[in-house]
Amino acid sequence: MASTIDPGRIRTGEIAELGVEYPPKREVRPAPDRFRNNLSKYRVRRSEACVKCGKCIEVCPRGVHVKPEGYADFLFGRDHLCMAAKCKENGTYCVDHCPQKALSIETTPIYKSLGDYRWTADLILTTWHMAETGEVPDGELECEFGNSGGGFDRIRFRFPEDGPRTDPSEINTAIPLNRRKDGRPEITIDIPVYGGGMSFGSVSPHTMLAKARAAMAWNTFSCTGEGGYPERLFPYSEHMITQVATGCFGIREETIQMAPIVEFKYAQGAKPGLGGHLLGDKNTPAVAAMREAVPGTPLFSPFPFHSVYSVEDHKKHVDWIKHINPRALISCKVSTPVDVDMVAVGSYHAGANIIHLDGSYGGTGAAPEIAKKNIAMPIEYAISKVHTFLEEEGIRDEVTFIVSGGVRTAWDVAKAIALGADGVVIGTSEMVALGCIRCARCESGKGCARGIASTNPEMVAKMTVEWATQRLINLLHAWRIQLVDILSRFGMKDIKELRGRTDLLEHMDYEREN
Amino acid sequence: MPAKYHVHTEPTPPKHKVIGKYGIVDWREDCSACHNCVKRECAYSVYDSERDRLQGATDYVDYLYECKGCLCCVQSCTKGLLTQEVNPEFEALGDEVWTPDIISSTWFQAETGKIPVSGAGYSGPFMGPGFDAILTDMSEIVRPTRDGIHGREYISTQVEIGRKLLSLPLNPDGSLAEPYPPQVDIPVPILFDAMPWHKPSTKVTAAIHDAAKALGTVALTDDRSNLREWPDSPDVVKLVRQAKSANPDLVAMVRLPLGPESIARALELTEQGVDAIHACADWHGNATDGTHITKAVRALHQAFVERGNRDAVTLVASGGISLAEHVAKTVICGADCVAIDVPLMLALECRLCKNCLEGIACPVGMADIDHDYAVQRIVNLIGAWHSQLLEMMGAMGIREVRRLRGEVGRAMFFEDLERDCFGPVFGKRKA
Repeated sequence: MASTIDPGRIRTGEIAELGVEYPPKREVRPAPDRFRNNLSKYRVRRSEACVKCGKCIEVCPRGVHVKPEGYADFLFGRDHLCMAAKCKENGTYCVDHCPQKALSIETTPIYKSLGDYRWTADLILTTWHMAETGEVPDGELECEFGNSGGGFDRIRFRFPEDGPRTDPSEINTAIPLNRRKDGRPEITIDIPVYGGGMSFGSVSPHTMLAKARAAMAWNTFSCTGEGGYPERLFPYSEHMITQVATGCFGIREETIQMAPIVEFKYAQGAKPGLGGHLLGDKNTPAVAAMREAVPGTPLFSPFPFHSVYSVEDHKKHVDWIKHINPRALISCKVSTPVDVDMVAVGSYHAGANIIHLDGSYGGTGAAPEIAKKNIAMPIEYAISKVHTFLEEEGIRDEVTFIVSGGVRTAWDVAKAIALGADGVVIGTSEMVALGCIRCARCESGKGCARGIASTNPEMVAKMTVEWATQRLINLLHAWRIQLVDILSRFGMKDIKELRGRTDLLEHMDYEREN
Repeated sequence: MPAKYHVHTEPTPPKHKVIGKYGIVDWREDCSACHNCVKRECAYSVYDSERDRLQGATDYVDYLYECKGCLCCVQSCTKGLLTQEVNPEFEALGDEVWTPDIISSTWFQAETGKIPVSGAGYSGPFMGPGFDAILTDMSEIVRPTRDGIHGREYISTQVEIGRKLLSLPLNPDGSLAEPYPPQVDIPVPILFDAMPWHKPSTKVTAAIHDAAKALGTVALTDDRSNLREWPDSPDVVKLVRQAKSANPDLVAMVRLPLGPESIARALELTEQGVDAIHACADWHGNATDGTHITKAVRALHQAFVERGNRDAVTLVASGGISLAEHVAKTVICGADCVAIDVPLMLALECRLCKNCLEGIACPVGMADIDHDYAVQRIVNLIGAWHSQLLEMMGAMGIREVRRLRGEVGRAMFFEDLERDCFGPVFGKRKA
């Protein structure tokens, strides 16, 4: 098929059409919740006894109480900023200061019903806070641990009590992606995090664009997922990974040649060992054109690649892409079976620059619940297992080891690196930053009710590209501050020093022998 | 190859209002009846039914059972009058083993016959006790998977219940020296058992029997089948022999409580001519010594393997099996197939309130259930379970459920993962 790609548009055309800032700047700007009412842990109630003296405004460190100049009454408060528990400790608790005893603070029913074991209400609300402000949460809500009872949620750092700290400005968080010395480009990303693949059709075009723009701002990567490479992403092509997955939808020579990194998706954590399924309703004319398929028909991505049943077959695949694009790095995305260590070593020997393990508790797209819960192992186990095996094989420093599947916070990133990974891929955190509340109904009705993972135009319009970009840039900014702080407390100057430092970790259910 | 097994599912809506997880609480008293009411914007049209019923601002505060919890209305209402709560009626369902989520998932499967699907990754705890301490394997690159669910490859879930010969005795002319023992073939490794705590109404029992028939499996309470079950007793072997001499096609199964003290008895019964052993845990999946069914079945299976006659007997395990994944995991632990009880009632909208035990009226009117509806709901449930079994077996690269039996290499156990992956890093796990 003849190419429809006009190189002239790559740097200019689409930008003018969209009217968004280009290139996007790595700069924190406020990006408040796009809904009218913020969700919050606390609700501040004001009784009729209030005499509008303004004492609460004076004591509140966060500007929760709102009464603009010249207004007789208080407006809706910014309850989501309230830090009642901290205030009680610090003596800034407005309820105590109110001379009329007109204020009361209670926990909202929303807070009690929000979240789940892995993403607690606290993790969702703190991620929103970071996406809104770019700042690290103040400690009122738990931002390090979820409530899953295992893995990252039971692992914590053993910080030295009073060791020397590094000056944050001296700390480097960049990691190289090509460690093979195979003559291919030495790509470095500024933070040890890049964005996971979400296909055109599974998420809204605004979500895809925002992910790409944030990746560009942070000099890292986003990924097209399986389902083609929309032209609107061309301006970000130096920061886009493109995926070759089992359905081979929308793969073209030109898009392979554009990509600095090509990712083979053998399996994904959300449905390890299973194929994908795009519902007929979601296969709109635009999606079908991109995938070179018939609109309205359900599209199946088989499992596995029917051309790959051995490491030798896999090598043929890798050689094929390397031949088509001599500057591309090859990433091999696999899930976590019993013999995940063998899979990783096999991928390396077939020529992969990046081994990307996707653990079983992750994923963003719709998947059978039985698969998400039961098939393959959680990433925490796999990191440890694979890192050790790569070291034993003497190839650990030849390959970049990236993990994903349940990495929710900057703390998880640091723990994954300390367990032995070089960096991580995130997906759900990005969705949460865009306002996902994990209702898990990505597939129903018009698609995502909050307009993040829907291709329905009415739903897509619920979120602008600029706002979404800013939320992701802010989130990564806050994450970097947290990573730098962790390194600083260990007296480290480089994130690469943290890799494999399991001696700095402890598991709360274990007793160390030493 | 046997004819392809297919379960004919058909949407069968519930007859009673389903208890949903989330409810929206609506504080109507401050409503300004504005023109951009968020209720019109609901992506799921949840409020449409309300429109006819509720007019004024003074109507009662209602739980909406169909709410999907997207919070769009809560966050958009001009006056912030809406809030979400977890439905207390939902939280009160079942108990710690038969959780509200399991009950509600079973209702969904019985209604639709479909695999429960959701987005945004896994939201539950990091592994857990019992069945949740086991993960199943998947295959990639170095080992092939099987593509069963889309029908490109056939994955067999058939099990033959009955005594197997460990070798074929032949006459000099090559013919069989003795007839092959009778077998009862079931196309899914799931039998229907009696209820653990009550005897259901005649109509419910009839529906269970007919659903088993439609699915090609056997209800153990149905005496029309060649599979007969006896409770263990001192003279059970005599009873089995008598029955088998009267009906040579009979497959005889003895029901034992699952636990360490039954192992010797199971071996003994097998050697005395019983074709199958039905080892029952309690309805929470606990064996007599308090261990979980998965561990107790592994021990029982292992005892037969060590005795060298595992293939002679068919082991059926039951108790606490509430999800499709439990079938696969019980088989991995060494059972040939399972028997289920409570899920059959849940398929008929049972709420596990146990009112029936106290003689209080059943909230879903189980005594007077519609036959066709009930049969289809059970068929749907097993259809959904069958599809999920194919998913799990496909991912493991297993093409026959018979080969899954005792195949612990295709599973990962919590203790092993912790010891092998975390032990070298973190030290010793606290007791």
